[in-house]
Amino acid sequence: MSASLFDQLIGLSAGVLLLTSVLLVWKRSLVAAVRLLALQGAALAAMVAFIGVFERDLPLLAVAGLVLLLKGFVLPFVLDRSRIQTGAVREETPLMNTTSSLLVLSLLTMLAYLVSQPLLTLAPGPTTAAVPVGISLVLYGFLILTTRRHAISQLVGFLVLDNGIATVAFLTSGGVPFVVELGASLDVLLVVLILRVLGGRIAAEYGGADLDELTELRD
Amino acid sequence: MKTGAAFLAIVQVTAMVILSPLLVGLMRQVRARMEGRVGAGVLQPWRDLRKLFAKESLQAEGTSWVMSVGPVVLITSSALVCVLVPLVGTVTFPLVPDDLFVMVSVLLLGTVALALIGLDSGSAFGGMGSSRHMTIAALVEPTVLVSVYALSIPVGSSSLSLIVDARLVDPASVASPVSLLALVALFIAVVAETGRMPVDNPSTHLELTMIHEVMVLESSGRDLAWLELGSWMRLGALLGLVGSLLLPWGIAGDVTPLAILLGVLMLIVKLVVLGSALAAGEVFLAKLRLFRVPELLAGSFVLAFLAVTASYLVVQG
Repeated sequence: MSASLFDQLIGLSAGVLLLTSVLLVWKRSLVAAVRLLALQGAALAAMVAFIGVFERDLPLLAVAGLVLLLKGFVLPFVLDRSRIQTGAVREETPLMNTTSSLLVLSLLTMLAYLVSQPLLTLAPGPTTAAVPVGISLVLYGFLILTTRRHAISQLVGFLVLDNGIATVAFLTSGGVPFVVELGASLDVLLVVLILRVLGGRIAAEYGGADLDELTELRD
Repeated sequence: MKTGAAFLAIVQVTAMVILSPLLVGLMRQVRARMEGRVGAGVLQPWRDLRKLFAKESLQAEGTSWVMSVGPVVLITSSALVCVLVPLVGTVTFPLVPDDLFVMVSVLLLGTVALALIGLDSGSAFGGMGSSRHMTIAALVEPTVLVSVYALSIPVGSSSLSLIVDARLVDPASVASPVSLLALVALFIAVVAETGRMPVDNPSTHLELTMIHEVMVLESSGRDLAWLELGSWMRLGALLGLVGSLLLPWGIAGDVTPLAILLGVLMLIVKLVVLGSALAAGEVFLAKLRLFRVPELLAGSFVLAFLAVTASYLVVQG
């Protein structure tokens, strides 16, 4: 793979990551959110695969397969099941309206670029140039976590956050050791599974998964 | 170069004056056919214009000179936009830069003229239309600026003709993520600016929803004809701008009869393709509630903004 093609491909996958997370904030439909999350996972896996092919790193390709399986298929599937179980279609009342959260997004992106400036000067290259995208994803994840009320949306926010952390890890260090990656992935899977069970129980108990309604204890 | 540029400017304005009513007619016809109607034919806007130009313009009592100056300002600004946008060729005047910022300010001049016409008669509807129009304009202009700015970063100049020239040399750059993001944002902005479907319904006269129609409600005869032609030329020029950026082929780099003829033919092809696509897309869309329009425009602004940040990403890498 030539260096210029590698540049283009990293730019493209970073662009897809950024675009899907913007659309995740833009769209309030939970169905679309699950699909976008799957697309984002696939883009992340593609990015890892590109790095693996470029650096001729065989374990990294295995990691890419793992990422694709987990973030592209398993987690969206689990989320979708959980969405069907709670019977929710849309995020009805986010704390912040779409227009202002989109504007906050652009501010967060700028912040990500400013914060990652030292990293960019440390080792200029196509992979470090895409690091701000990973940091933006982390910030977007926090934004979704703080402004959405529905349990599924919060899970989506958590997964965007995780995707952001993974993006930064792969871009800066060419990936973590396989065992560590496996452990982290299993952690995320476990958290999502637990939260899914919890969300299902909440929905079954109270007839909805709007977390803001759970402010007081009752019998 | 001056005579060449002047010739090209005359060609572009003439072409847009002739083509833009046909473009509107084509879009209405495509829509009508897809909705199962026969339609009035592609030439109908021209027949309307001919009829209106033959009529004197009546002005309501209490209206001021704005009512008669407004149409002139609008048509002038539209013609100027047609000169500035590289529709047929990229040869420009050395003194009048076809700069992005110049183009947006000229566009805004026409917008303000139209809004003043809506306000001048003092009717409640006109005022509402103007207010909505200005709200949308205030949200659209930054998107247009930022999205074309994103395209201008790799070229290193905000001159539209240089941007189109660079794309002509390197067509692969059209498909880069930056360019696609920016073009999507620009397209949404153009749809909003020209009052097309998800933002404004151009074929309705329902007072509560319309934006453009309500502002020209008090105009009649020749004035109305100028206003309609001016708005159609804006639509044509902006679609042509998207066409030049998306499909830069066939744009004349120099002033020779053959190159210009090819440029005009390609302009017709691009307008037909984009206009039919836009009209076909409109059939499947419902008008957005007015309060959700800022959402759409904020989205397109963020896309444009991301295009700018991503273009720095690629340049640095």
